[in-house]
Amino acid sequence: MAENEKATAAAPEAAPVKKAPKPVSPGTQALRDVVSKVYAAAWDAKKAGRPVGWSSSKFPCEIAEALGLAVVYPENQAAGIGAQHDGQRMCEAAESLGFDPDICGYARISLAYAAGVETTNESRRVPAPDFVLCCNNICNCMTKWYENIARMHNIPLIMIDVPYNNEVTVSDSQVAYIRGQFDEAIKQMEKIAGVKFDEKKFEQACANANRTAKAWLKVCDYLQYKPAPMSGFDLFNHMADVVTARGKVETAEAFELLASELEEHVKNGTTTSPFPEQYRIMFEGIPCWPNLKTLFKPLKANGVNVTAVVYAPAFGFVYNGLDEMARAYCKAPNSVCIEQGVDWREGICRDNKVDGVLVHYNRSCKPWSGYMAEMQRRFTKDLGVPCAGFDGDQADPRNFNEAQYETRVQGLVEAMEENKKLKEARA
Amino acid sequence: MSIETIVKEFAAVAADPKAQLKKFKAEGKKCIGVMPYYAPEELVAAAGMVPFGMWGSNDKTISRAKEYCATFYCTIAQLDLEMLLDGTLDLLDGVITPTICDTLRPMSQNIRVAMSEKLPCIFLAHPQNRKPAYGKKFCIDQYSHIRTELEKIAGASITDAALSEAIKVYNKSRAARREFVKLASDHCDVITPTKRSAVLKAAWFMPKGEYTEKLTALNAELAALPVCDWKGTKVVTSGIICDNPKLLEIFEENNMAIAADDVAHESRVFRVDAPETGDPMEALAQQFANQDYDVLLYDEHSSENRRGEFVAKLVKDSGAKGLVLFMQQFCDPEEMEYPSLKKALDDAKIPHIKLGVDQQMRDFGQARTAIQAFADVISL
Repeated sequence: MAENEKATAAAPEAAPVKKAPKPVSPGTQALRDVVSKVYAAAWDAKKAGRPVGWSSSKFPCEIAEALGLAVVYPENQAAGIGAQHDGQRMCEAAESLGFDPDICGYARISLAYAAGVETTNESRRVPAPDFVLCCNNICNCMTKWYENIARMHNIPLIMIDVPYNNEVTVSDSQVAYIRGQFDEAIKQMEKIAGVKFDEKKFEQACANANRTAKAWLKVCDYLQYKPAPMSGFDLFNHMADVVTARGKVETAEAFELLASELEEHVKNGTTTSPFPEQYRIMFEGIPCWPNLKTLFKPLKANGVNVTAVVYAPAFGFVYNGLDEMARAYCKAPNSVCIEQGVDWREGICRDNKVDGVLVHYNRSCKPWSGYMAEMQRRFTKDLGVPCAGFDGDQADPRNFNEAQYETRVQGLVEAMEENKKLKEARA
Repeated sequence: MSIETIVKEFAAVAADPKAQLKKFKAEGKKCIGVMPYYAPEELVAAAGMVPFGMWGSNDKTISRAKEYCATFYCTIAQLDLEMLLDGTLDLLDGVITPTICDTLRPMSQNIRVAMSEKLPCIFLAHPQNRKPAYGKKFCIDQYSHIRTELEKIAGASITDAALSEAIKVYNKSRAARREFVKLASDHCDVITPTKRSAVLKAAWFMPKGEYTEKLTALNAELAALPVCDWKGTKVVTSGIICDNPKLLEIFEENNMAIAADDVAHESRVFRVDAPETGDPMEALAQQFANQDYDVLLYDEHSSENRRGEFVAKLVKDSGAKGLVLFMQQFCDPEEMEYPSLKKALDDAKIPHIKLGVDQQMRDFGQARTAIQAFADVISL
C-alpha cells in the first residue's frame, strides 16, 4: 500500500513552490477558504482515525455529507497540481508505472499520487484513501482510474454507473437503475462510516447543494451584463467549490457573498476584469491548467472576455428527493447527447451575448472533445458566430503549443472583428 | 471438404466483407452493422436479418471521418465512421452503436448525425453495474429498445420463440469457436496465426448458423489429425483486435503460434453463453451480467487483480511461453489496465511484449524486430 506522507523523497525533481497569491475580494477569499477546509478536514479525519474517501467530482456528495464522511476530490487535486506546474512531473511518474501518456492527465496525476508520489503543491496534498467513490457520469476512464486506486490501496470502491444518454430527457428506466445504485451505495457507505444514514442530515446536504447550485448560477449569470463585472476565467477557479463542497452551507454562503459583490460592480459600472472588454466569447472545455497565463495573455491583449463556460449549466442542477437527484446526476457534460450539449452551450452563448467560441480540443478528454467538430458547425450555423479550435491538455503541458494557440486566438479575433463590422454596416 | 478449402472460404469472407454484404443484399436480406462491444446480435438474427460486424479496416485511410474526429481517437471507431461516410457500408439497413468506452460515447452521436439521412442508428448503453437486479433490468430495457428498433427495420415483430432459437444458434457458434481455438493450438502447424485470425474474423460477416456449420466441419477435420509436434514457440495474444495479416505473418516467420487469446475481437466475444431456458430477454441480460475479466467492464472486486490473474492463468493453462499484447492506440481501457496486467504476468514469471498498433499502420518494421527478439527470448 502506498504512503503519500512518506513518499516525498521518492519524487524526482520537484518543481519550485509558487509565490503567495494576490489579494482578492472577501467573496473570492471565502470560496478559497471553503476548498482549503475540505482538504484540512480530510487530514483531521485521518489524524483522528476516521476514514477518508477519494471521490469523482460528480459522485453524489450528498450521501457522504449525510454520513459525515471526509472526502477529497482527485480531479480538483490534479487541476491544482497542474496549475502549480507539477503536472508534467506527476504525469511522467505515472508513465514510469506503466500508464500510457495518452491516458487522461488528471488520471495520470492522481494515479501517481495514489502510488505514493508526493506533489510540490502543498495545498493539494491529501491523505491516503480508505475508500473510493466513483461515478462515471463524467467519463468511462473514471471507472478504471478508480479501480486502479482501489487495487493499489486494497480498499472498497463504491460505483455509481451512469450510462451515456442518447436522449435529451432522462428515462424512468435510467432513474430506476441509478436509484438502485444509490440505495446500494448508501448501505456500503454506512458500513464505512459506522453510522446509519440520517435522513435529516441528507435533506440538509441536499438543501445546501441546491442552494449552492442556485448561487453558482446566479454568479455565472452576472456574465450576461455588458460589459461583464468580472473575467469569466474566474469561474474556472470557483468551480473548485462546486466540485469539492457543493453540499456544504459555507459554499452556498460564499457564492452568495460573491454574487452580492458582483451586484455592486454592476450598480457601479465597475468590473474586476483587468482589461476593457471588446469581445465576448465562450471558452469551450476544461482550461489548460498548466498554461493559464498563456491562455489569458492573447485574450487580454485583444480585449476578449470569457463570458460563457458550459460548467455554468452543467453544475447548476437543482432537485428534490432521491429520484430527482438520480435524474440530476445524469446530466454531466459528457453523459448527455449532442442535442442537450448544444442546447446548454447555445443557451449561455445567447444569454451571455458571445461574439465567438474558442474550443479546446483537450487531449485528456476524449468524451468531451469527441463531438466538438460537429458542435462547432452548429454554433456557427445557429448563432452566426465564428469558432476557432486549439489543441491542448487540462493537465499535461506537453500537449499544448503556445504558438498554435496564439494563432488560433488571433484568427478568432479577426473573424469577430469582421463580423462586428458587417453588423455595424447592416445597422 | 478439406481443411485447406474451408479455411480458404473463411479467408475470402474475412478479406472482403463488402462482397459479403453485397451478396446478402442480392439475396434480399437486410443487414445491420454491429459496432463493438457486446451488442446482442441474437436480436438481429431473431429478426431475420444479418448482423454485420464493424471493427474498422486494415485497408482504409481516415479522411472523411476527420470532419468529426480529432486525431486522438481509436482508429477502429474512426474507420467505422469512415466506411459509413465513404459508401463502403451504404448497403446496411441500420447500425447498432454501443457506448461502453469514451470514444464510443461521442462516436454514437457523430454517427447518428452523419447518418441522419442515410440509415437508422440504434443506440445502446450497457449497465456497468450489470449483476444486481436493477442492472439486469436496465440491460433488458436497453435491449427491448433495440428489439423495437430492429422490428421497425425488419417490418415484423421478433417473437420470443425466434429469439430463443437465435440464442441456441449463437451458443452453438460460441462453443464451436471455443473448440476451434483449442484445435488451432493443437494443430498450429496447419492453422497458422493468419489462418486462425481469418477463421475467427469471418464469424463477423456470416449468418451464425451457416458459419457454425462450416466451422464444425473444420473442427472435425482438425480433430482427426494427430496433435502436431510443434518445434516453435507459442504465445497468448491480448488486446482489442489483431487481425492484420501482415502483422500475423511476422508470427509465422518466427515460428510463433497462438495458443489462446484474450482479444476483444476474438475470444472475449465467445467466452460466455446465454441461458437457453426462461425468458430470452432475461437470458441475454444474464449473459451480459456474466461477462467478466474484460478491460471494458467494471469489476466489482476491483481491489483484486482478477483480470490480470485470469490472463496469466490463460497463458499457463494454454501452454504458451509468453504473451503478446496488441495495444490499440488511444484505447483508454486497455491502457489503464496495462500496469495491472504486467504485474500479474511478472508475478507469474510470464514474459510479454507490448506492441503499439492501430489500423492505419502500414510499416511493420518495428513490430518485426520486437517479435523476432521476443521469439528468441521465449524459445530459450
